[in-house]
Amino acid sequence: MHMFETLRRVTTYTVYRVVALAITVVIGVYLAILIANMGGYVDVIRKAQIDEAVGASVLQDRSLQGLPPSELRRIIDQRKELEYKRLGLDKPFMVRSFNYLWDALSLNLGRAEHLSSDSGSRQVRLILLERLPATLLLFGTANLLLFFFSLFAGLWLSRRYGSFLDKLVIALTPTSVAPAWFYGIFLILICASLLKILPFGGMVDAPPPKDKLQYALSVLKHMILPTLAWWLSSIFLSIYSRRTFFLIFASEDYVEMARAKGLPSGIIERRYILRPTLPTIITQFAFLLIGLWGGAILTETIFNWPGIGRLTYQAIGLYDTPVIIASTVIYAYLLALTVFLLDIIYALVDPRVKVGAEGGTV
Amino acid sequence: MTAIRSGLQQIRRYPSALVGLAIIIALIILALVAVIVLPYDEAIRLWRGGEDVWQESPRYARPAWLNLVSTKKLPETIVVSTLPVTPAPLGVRRVQGQASKSRSGRTITISLAFDYSYDDFPSEITLFLTAKYAELLPYAVLRWRTPDGREISLGERKLTASERYSISQDTRLERRLGNRPPEIGLFLAPRGDTPLRGRYELQITGTLFEENSDIDAKLVVYGKVYGLAGTDHKRRDLMVALLWGAPVALAFGFIVAVGTSLTTLIIAAIGAWYGRWIDALIQRITEVNIILPYLPILIIIGTFYSRSIWVMMIAITLLSIFTAGIKVYRAIFLQIKESPYIEAARAYGASNLRIIVRYMAPRIIPILVPGFVTLIPSLVFLEASLGLLGLGDPVLPTWGKILNDAQSNGALYKGYYYWVLSPSVLLMLTALGFSLLGFALDRIFNPRLREL
Repeated sequence: MHMFETLRRVTTYTVYRVVALAITVVIGVYLAILIANMGGYVDVIRKAQIDEAVGASVLQDRSLQGLPPSELRRIIDQRKELEYKRLGLDKPFMVRSFNYLWDALSLNLGRAEHLSSDSGSRQVRLILLERLPATLLLFGTANLLLFFFSLFAGLWLSRRYGSFLDKLVIALTPTSVAPAWFYGIFLILICASLLKILPFGGMVDAPPPKDKLQYALSVLKHMILPTLAWWLSSIFLSIYSRRTFFLIFASEDYVEMARAKGLPSGIIERRYILRPTLPTIITQFAFLLIGLWGGAILTETIFNWPGIGRLTYQAIGLYDTPVIIASTVIYAYLLALTVFLLDIIYALVDPRVKVGAEGGTV
Repeated sequence: MTAIRSGLQQIRRYPSALVGLAIIIALIILALVAVIVLPYDEAIRLWRGGEDVWQESPRYARPAWLNLVSTKKLPETIVVSTLPVTPAPLGVRRVQGQASKSRSGRTITISLAFDYSYDDFPSEITLFLTAKYAELLPYAVLRWRTPDGREISLGERKLTASERYSISQDTRLERRLGNRPPEIGLFLAPRGDTPLRGRYELQITGTLFEENSDIDAKLVVYGKVYGLAGTDHKRRDLMVALLWGAPVALAFGFIVAVGTSLTTLIIAAIGAWYGRWIDALIQRITEVNIILPYLPILIIIGTFYSRSIWVMMIAITLLSIFTAGIKVYRAIFLQIKESPYIEAARAYGASNLRIIVRYMAPRIIPILVPGFVTLIPSLVFLEASLGLLGLGDPVLPTWGKILNDAQSNGALYKGYYYWVLSPSVLLMLTALGFSLLGFALDRIFNPRLREL
């Protein structure tokens, strides 16, 4: 019975969070559309797409060939008007904005104006999906490293409270104000420009190695600096807040009790400190990640990492409207996904849920 | 208010806070110096000026003070002109040669001479020629004379009103110099691979076909060092943006931090005081706002709407109001709301507004101050980030813009470290100053942290 109870609770919780996050994504994207359309740019994209399609269809129409250019132009204009009307471009913006919203959410943003995917496609959706794995690979790795390292380092330091290392970490905490791209600049300067031991940027050697293993090693080599920059920019603050948190918890009565019982410190840490604080730590980490995601754009730009962030940077330079809007949508999804994943982990490690699952044996 | 005063008195016991405070004061002085030495209009004119302003400064030049620490003496820019030379912007020192002009009948002889005693070659050589004539164009023969007496012909040409002869881009000359770029070939010692030291001379022999005709010449031998901060790809003195970046960054950080902190404070107080649906609404807005893609939205505003620093400041403030801070403040306000003195205020008939503004909000200030101070550096970096993305204010010279230029010109790859390092060091100092102070204030105002 307890199993079902837990399952029901986790499911309700999950459903609640999915709905809440979905609403957030929708609001975020809608906001982006509203802002973008202040300059009328969304209309421009839609009209350009229609114009291109209509122009092509008229020029390819055999029955219309041989007509004088002025006549052809008249027909094109007429069909454009019809098409605008059919797609509701003559309706007020408030009505249209919801059509745009759906297009944006499904990444159905037509063709990029300047950028193209490596396979040569101009479809915004394809361009983005091609870049997504690179971003996920880099920041997935970097964030996992950050999380586990800060967790264990925090735990270790809380045991050595007042030691030299502890004081050093506290002294270094202010370094976390600088974003990852800032550390990236220095890392490139030292490791690539001066020491010449690591590449300046990019994801893989040029030309890419044919061998799978060699390829993976090359990617790994290119990942070192961006991962390190990401890690450096948050690590000291993360360790510091973990450590402070653990210290506060380590003075709770039930921990003192466990110590008095003579339990080994390993067990105390795992069962009495880590376990009850984990949900809070995960929430804190979620907040940290939310703040960091924006930094991905700049980190990828500095390191020429071929992910969504660098794509966004290129799109800004080229004023490629569909790509800019689409990358905003992708970031909204990525943020929501991060929060959702951490929420699920939260639900799984939350002791209140766990107690039910173990059938009250504790 | 007494809490703040006693808190500030405690600062003295935190050396890190004093260091932070010293850095902040230094930055404020730098910002004031920038605004006084280089008034806004002048800074904008210099920063947006093209060849007309920066004609006599080199591209990609390192800071001149590097010559003091390096054993290899890099060349400075040398200007030799028959016309009076305008002083360089920001009072940068410039080496001048000797120019002389003499006329006899239809022939005019101009000699542009200068001493060269550097260990490296110049980066570029350009000759600017101006001629006065009514109908018939004057004619000039150019000759280059090295210290050891060799003479190299630089060709001959008809002169229009204003002419620019980029000697270092003359490919025919390059071939004649044994396929060496002219800025190297013209200075190379006959044996070895270093520049020959001594007096060089460019001789111009002009033939004038009219009585009132005249020729003037300006030779610029561009060096590899310039001013205190070096120059960029557009020959601009980086000092302009380094100086002006300080007031821009500080004002940006300060205004947005004040706007955000105060609005957050008031909204949290209103939510906690009125409760019910107002509180619930604020909570929901916060939950949504926290996971909005912050930077992409700013990018959209910057690309499609406006890059003006004021628009960005408003957008950032609006996006930062409903964040985690509101939850923290709310929790504290909920406690304060139940305290006896609030009840007393209610008993004497104080209005809601009065209670919120006079009795509740001030209690939060000790917690607000450290948060406010630590918010500033992250905003300074945000402004730099926008600049780095190419979304900086279209007019203002800022640190982020220097970094953007450096990044898009591959400064690190090509070894122009000064270009990246100088704005970075200033950014780092700003961040360090405010965060050292902020973290110390946090410990002073939140005693629970002080023990740990």
